[in-house]
Amino acid sequence: MRPINSKITQIVEETPSIRTFRFDTSLDDAQPGQFVMVWVRGVDEVPMGCSFKNGITVQKVGDATSRLFEMKEGDSVGLRGPFGKGFTLPAKDENILIIAGGVGVAPLGPLADEAASVGAKVTTILGARNASELVFEKRFSEAGGITVTTDDGSAGTCGFVTTVLAEMDVSEYDRICVCGPEIMMFNVLKMLEEKGAHDRAEFSLHRYFKCAIGVCGACCMDHEGLRVCKDGPVLNGSLLLDSEFGNYKRSSSSQRVKV
Amino acid sequence: MVKITGIEFRNPTILASGIMGTTGASLVRMTNSGAGAVVTKSIGPEPKIGHPNPSMVKLDCGFLNAMGLPNPSYADFVNEIKIAKEGADVPVIASIFGGNAEEFVRVAEGLADAKPDAFELNVSCPHAEGYGATIGTDSCMVEAITAAVCDAVDVPVWVKLTPNVTDIKSIGKAAENGGAAAVVAINTLRGMAIDINSGYPILGNRFGGLSGSAVKPVAIKCVYDLYEALDIPVIGVGGVSSWEDAVEMIMAGASAVQIGSAVHEGVEVFADIATGIEQFLQNNGYAGVEDITGLAHEVI
Repeated sequence: MRPINSKITQIVEETPSIRTFRFDTSLDDAQPGQFVMVWVRGVDEVPMGCSFKNGITVQKVGDATSRLFEMKEGDSVGLRGPFGKGFTLPAKDENILIIAGGVGVAPLGPLADEAASVGAKVTTILGARNASELVFEKRFSEAGGITVTTDDGSAGTCGFVTTVLAEMDVSEYDRICVCGPEIMMFNVLKMLEEKGAHDRAEFSLHRYFKCAIGVCGACCMDHEGLRVCKDGPVLNGSLLLDSEFGNYKRSSSSQRVKV
Repeated sequence: MVKITGIEFRNPTILASGIMGTTGASLVRMTNSGAGAVVTKSIGPEPKIGHPNPSMVKLDCGFLNAMGLPNPSYADFVNEIKIAKEGADVPVIASIFGGNAEEFVRVAEGLADAKPDAFELNVSCPHAEGYGATIGTDSCMVEAITAAVCDAVDVPVWVKLTPNVTDIKSIGKAAENGGAAAVVAINTLRGMAIDINSGYPILGNRFGGLSGSAVKPVAIKCVYDLYEALDIPVIGVGGVSSWEDAVEMIMAGASAVQIGSAVHEGVEVFADIATGIEQFLQNNGYAGVEDITGLAHEVI
């Protein structure tokens, strides 16, 4: 598909470094965890998890996102998608644990909305560096129970999402859905493996995407050759044990780099 | 079983270069999906990040891409070929590129440790300045580079040709004269797409290469012409997404077919096509692929 010309209708400053951009394009068939390719014309095209059917929530990290942060309401970008496989859709009366770190909230926000709307029970562990970096706290609270953690203790529990997870009985959850920095997700996976719950966990991964449609292989993971852009970006924890996850990834020239 | 350039393939479907060939593990996955052989992504002398995105766009008629030969360099990729060779039970062919004969030889010698079953010379990428088709449109350079690599390695050398030339037969002949064991035809056709809302060319590199079903008739004609002009085998590639496409390509003169963009529909495409070809051969009383290779030349 060609990029859909999409006008920015609203910009919400979530934190000093994270903004939500809403568009006049709504990808109504987007499932929680799927992503769009955002074409910042003349700069680059980058993958972004859909935080709304018509929106993305972005941290300023590189050339494309920096240019995006210079844009105003009324400016436009190109959108392609939704692509990839998202989280398993929650069913009524299921018990879902959401673990979100930093801008990892982006694909998990719509999952919480969807889960609550179908009558699933939602519990969220929401982590950030400090109180000012918390995103979607109200949104997750409206979907169910929430525990906040901050690295510096400026809000909620002082520590990491794993600090809270370590004290939890995860056996009561039908599924555990995770997104955040890879090291955080890796530590969560290890903890869930110890608790025997890794095969009930789903992780939304980040890798360098080139084609984004499952052809070129730039985002393939060792050792199964899974394409993060098409077989993921959401992958079951059992597929990630004994993989490159948490250890290394590939750069834009496909060289291995440490996570 | 198919034998081309002295190498045995369990079936005549081969993963094309540039598709799922970034890592040893992804190559192994393609062999598990039924590919009779796999070709790596094109590897060059130095690490290269490629063109900015968008680098691949699906259009109504096919795919446009301009990856820009991203690769980690031969020094880094040796290990990936070793992984592919250990995990795959089919031939692994190393696609290589360079800006001149010396660079091609350096890359080929650098990868030789990993013992690829053949080399495929990329003199056909349509959108990498100084590489690919820049070289592949010059028959003297094609012959010289092919000869240099053939001298440097002890496995078969295939040469992948560009259709973006006036006469593909003359380039094919140059490869044959240089000592190529086979030619592979075709690489993508130069193409471009423009976003009418902004006027921006969609690909980060502005233009790129067209693949998919749109290019199949072009590929069929090139294979047909090359089969007639050359004594070495022709491996067909371009728009093959079904067993019927593959049989058509083989009847034009291909000894085997490579499959690229069709992986978009699912990695099981190799097994589907191989099974379809086998069934077709059986149903029509043919003993093997060689019975129908170039059939279109014989019936008229």
